Formats: sequence, structure tokens, C-alpha cells
Amino acid sequence: MSTPMPQTPKDENPHDGAWAMPVSKLRVEDVPSGAINLNIEGRQVVGPLQGFGQMWQKTYSVRLTGAKVTPEHVIMEWKKNFPKFWPSGNRFYAPLIGIAAGEVAVLNLAGPGGFPLSTGVMVIYTDNESFTFMNPEGHMYAGWITFSAHDDEDCTVAQAQVLIRANDPMWEIVMRLFGFKKEDEFWHATLRSLAAHLGVTGQVQQKTTLVDPRVQWSQAKNIWHNAAIRSGLYMMAAPLRWVRKLFTSKGNPS
Amino acid sequence: MPPAKATMSVRQANRGASIIDIQGEVTAAAENALMDAYTQASTGGARVIILNFSRLEYMNSSGIGLLVTLLIRVNRQKQRLLACELSEHYRQIFELTRLNEAIGLYTAEAEALAAVSG
Repeated sequence: MSTPMPQTPKDENPHDGAWAMPVSKLRVEDVPSGAINLNIEGRQVVGPLQGFGQMWQKTYSVRLTGAKVTPEHVIMEWKKNFPKFWPSGNRFYAPLIGIAAGEVAVLNLAGPGGFPLSTGVMVIYTDNESFTFMNPEGHMYAGWITFSAHDDEDCTVAQAQVLIRANDPMWEIVMRLFGFKKEDEFWHATLRSLAAHLGVTGQVQQKTTLVDPRVQWSQAKNIWHNAAIRSGLYMMAAPLRWVRKLFTSKGNPS
Repeated sequence: MPPAKATMSVRQANRGASIIDIQGEVTAAAENALMDAYTQASTGGARVIILNFSRLEYMNSSGIGLLVTLLIRVNRQKQRLLACELSEHYRQIFELTRLNEAIGLYTAEAEALAAVSG
């Protein structure tokens, strides 16, 4: 199935408004219905320099052979349908205005042991051929992920590239044991879904580089914000919240 | 990979510092040029590498990622990485991505050099 090839208007500068402004603390505007909004409000964004674990760069790419699409069209479709391409059990609650620089999205992920994990991302950069998310404190990773598309010889290639450190010692252990493998499977599945949406099948290629083998012990304190621990505590406190709600509603005159 | 639209040139400021002048667009395609410039800048034992952004036209998020990997290489060699002549827009981007916490920023090249020799 071929897809149309929309053109970028000639007078549009693809770099205008590409970057978000710096923020001291994240805020989620208009929490989507059904989303568990935890571990985002009041947090800072963290780059790979602020994480604890080894620094990795991983590039996942898929050649969209047979799909007559431009890189711009791939990115447009990816932004518009971003949640749709994620493996089941993982929810991306897009901002109301969509993926745009400065916006914050809520993530509810299938965490370790099947417990739901609530965190988020901030969109720090978008242009016609790429967009980048940066993570908040407590997320599995300190760093960013860039989704992009480019021409390569005879076809368009879609790519996701991460530059990350595990945020704290607990995440570093989880990642080394099984988390990295899960991460790879996640992005392989996402890129295959994107390719299928564009009417083709493609094998995902992966390139992994250990950028810095050293851990940053000074950042071990990041565990204070660990989203898995905090999400778990939130879930365990659900019965208490139910009881409190019961007593609060009984105390209100009808 | 699209062709690089960035050019890098290297100057020796003094025996301890080298300057990499960055011109054009710093994107993923600029990786080889940047790393080659760093290798050249480090020849002669420079302890400080100064990135001069006065002729930067554009940098996207992949370009910021290149600066992170450059910083790791610099740190591994026990060198320092400084940046100067960034526009206010790019200073904000360094703040957004928290690169400003690891790379010393100076308004002018002379200030960066003075900080090194002082």
C-alpha cells in the first residue's frame, strides 16, 4: 500500500520554534483521563550527564523499503500516532496539542514484575524530520531519545536513538539484569509497528555503543526519586486512599 | 546519512589550550568533523579545549548529543571542555539540556582564555 508524499511549504523554516525553553520544574497540563500522573510534577529533566549508570548510545533503525514516503511524512505520521506504535501494556498520554516543543507527556509503563510505573517525558525538540524527548528525575533513564527519519540511497529510514545512563543504582542493576533487553525489544516492536502503519515490513537494525563505562557514584542519590519505588508505594497505599475517601464522603453533608 | 553542513577549524591559543571554531549546522552528520577536530586540537598536549560557537548557524538535538560524547572523551583524557560565543538562544539550550552544568560557558573567547590562564 503506497502513501501520499506531502510537501513541506517552501516558505516554512523547519527550524523555527524547534527547541523548548528551559524549565526549572515540570508541570503536566490537563492530565488525560485514565492516566496515573505520578513522578512528573515538580521534577527536573535529567540528561545523560546527570545519571548514575554507564552511558550508552543505542540506535534502532528500520528501512522503509517499498514505502514511497518522505522523511517529513514519516515524522508527521509518527508524531500524530505515537501512542499507537507502543507495545501493549504501555501507555503514552500525549499532550492535548500533540507532540510539540515544551509539552510534557504522561507515561504509564509495564514496570518490573508487571507493576505499573508512572513517569513522563518532556518534548525538548521538534522539527520536520525529528523530535526528541528528555526524561524527568526518577525515570529509568537520565537522558534523551531522538526519533528521526532520513533518506538513505533508495529509501527512507526511520530511527530511534537513545543517549542514556540508568538514573540510579537500582535502575542500573535492573537494566543490566534484564532491563536493557526489554528496552531493545520495546523499540524493535515500536519501529516494526511504525513500518506496518506505513504499509511495509522491515527488519530493525540496532547499533549499541558504550560511550562511558564509568558509573557516577555522586548521582547515587537519584534513587530518592525512583519512579518504580514511588509508583509501587502509591499502589500499595491504594486501600488507604479508598478508606480515606470513604470517611471523607461520609463526613460531607448530602 | 546526509552530508555534513558543519566545518571545524582548530587554532592553538597557547601551549595549554586549543580552540575549535565551529561553523555551520551541528547535527548528527557533523560527528566525524567534530571528533577529527578534537583529535587535532589535542595534538600537542592541550589541557583545555574551547569550542567557539560564534559562527554556528544551527544545532539540533543530535548536535547536542555530539557535545555530550565529546565531553566524555575530553574527561577521559583529563582535559577540560569550555564553550564561548554562544547566542542567548543556545545558552538556553545548554541550560535546558543541562550541558551548562558540565561545560563552562563564557560570553567571549577572551574570557574563556583568561579563565584558563588565570
